[in-house]
Amino acid sequence: MAGILVFVEQRNGDIRQASLQAISEAHRQAGGDVAAVFVGSGIGDAAAGLGAYGAARVFLADDPNLALYSSEGYGEAVAKAVESAAPNAVFFAGTAMGRDLAPWVAAKLGTGALADVVALEKDGDQFVARRPVYSGKAFATVDSAGSKPQVISLRPNVFAAEETGGSAEVVALDGLSLAIRAVVKDLLDTGGGEIDVAEADIIVSGGRGLKGPENFALIRELAQALGGAVGASRAAVDAGWIAHKHQVGQTGKVVSPSLYVAAGISGAIQHLAGMSSSKIIVAVNKDPDAPIFKIADYGIVGDLFDVIPPMVEEVKKLAG
Amino acid sequence: MNCIVCVTSVPDTASVIKIGPDGKNIDETGIKWIVSPFDEYALEEALQITEAKGGEVTAVTYGPARSEAALRDCLARGAHKAVHVIGGEATLGDSFTIAKVLAKALDGREYDLVLCGNMGVGTDCAQVGPMLAELVDIPHVANVTKLEVGDDSLSAGRDVEGGQEQVESPLPALLTCQKGLNEPRYAALKGIMAAKRKPVDKIEVATLGIDEATDSTYNVRSLELPPPKSEGTIIQGEDDPAGAAAQLVNLLRNEAKAI
Repeated sequence: MAGILVFVEQRNGDIRQASLQAISEAHRQAGGDVAAVFVGSGIGDAAAGLGAYGAARVFLADDPNLALYSSEGYGEAVAKAVESAAPNAVFFAGTAMGRDLAPWVAAKLGTGALADVVALEKDGDQFVARRPVYSGKAFATVDSAGSKPQVISLRPNVFAAEETGGSAEVVALDGLSLAIRAVVKDLLDTGGGEIDVAEADIIVSGGRGLKGPENFALIRELAQALGGAVGASRAAVDAGWIAHKHQVGQTGKVVSPSLYVAAGISGAIQHLAGMSSSKIIVAVNKDPDAPIFKIADYGIVGDLFDVIPPMVEEVKKLAG
Repeated sequence: MNCIVCVTSVPDTASVIKIGPDGKNIDETGIKWIVSPFDEYALEEALQITEAKGGEVTAVTYGPARSEAALRDCLARGAHKAVHVIGGEATLGDSFTIAKVLAKALDGREYDLVLCGNMGVGTDCAQVGPMLAELVDIPHVANVTKLEVGDDSLSAGRDVEGGQEQVESPLPALLTCQKGLNEPRYAALKGIMAAKRKPVDKIEVATLGIDEATDSTYNVRSLELPPPKSEGTIIQGEDDPAGAAAQLVNLLRNEAKAI
């Protein structure tokens, strides 16, 4: 089969970890026949480094008009690379950028797209993908019904990134016709130095049991002690206690960190759908019958106001 | 300012999902169908825009006969017209075919904005919006949580990891709407009564030149429930919360190796 092309995302020249995971998975699936397409401005120095993760060729679109993301600009570059590489499949990391770009590129190529894939295998000349549906309440095994190339976005932090020690030939993509109508004027940092729940390896979430917005301070303390992000249930977000970007659940973010701590969250089906694939789940709740305990690996039945402060102290002790 | 709002009908987010007898679809017994929650933000935004600037809101859906309820819900909340492309059971989750159908349904209609939900809850693809924008050749902004619409352009805030992209675009444009953009209204009784008299334009999908069977780009081989979880270690912490906390942190460190 004619190889895999991987779109590689960078921000200020730093390659996103999720993209390295995508190249590594492509390399595991297609051996040496992996190309990358790398788009931005002033990023030429970083391009060759993609060889270390298994890209044999890197198509480089380096243009001041591509400094900030746009589906139209970045999509034009990816489409040009597809023309040159004629791949069997095009992989994207399922980040905010990848989830926007992949479908746009697929439509431009006149093909379908498989989103949020968590496992892949080959069946003849096409990939069969496993993807969570109903926010992880079920898993679908799907293929692209023969449409080519297969456009696939991979869920971040599911596939391993591994160095292969190879080197890449860098090919400049020339003659791009950049007609960008929706223009990103600025990228504001709204995180305030906090880790985004979508990218966090550890998440501490609070819910209705916190009783008020001021008590998210407790959640924040434990999150900071663990080096994690602050999450929230829909009830807490709908009450206006915390911004929606923290919401974990079916209408918020679907996460799979290595540790998820749910404090004062009863575990409505809506919430469970968003976090049940976390590796280790910890619940702290007053109600021993709370549904969250059914999926928890560890739990404390008790008042979070009594339990969380000593937890923070114990975690701080570990850090010494 | 004329707005098109694309909506889809999905199982209520509180639904317990069971696998149907074919092993490829969910068991629809007892499922309550609702307008996909993200589509509610799209509809609300369109209503606010047309209330401020004039113009009409047309709700469009592609789905089986039962999807008409979703359109009646949109009409009850204030949409002026509705278009129902009938079909879609075979193409559930097939974002590209859905986008092609919607593109054909939009053909010949006048619009300044197309608004979609960020994703259809359930199939969880978040792909139809960007695909539709590409097919009808208008710019788009996905995952919008802030919006200002001028006479011939818009300015939108789009959430990305740890930040927000500030995007400017000429009209017409397509937006996919995310929670935080607005507070969707409920339908009032008066609206529900009025909705019954509003027109729904019905179109069979085959008349749009789409063959759901042969144009497919998404084939479900099987659908499974996640494997059940084994029982966890639950500590009774009412009497000695500090001791329970110490025990838990010790287990997370030494048994789970999670911290």
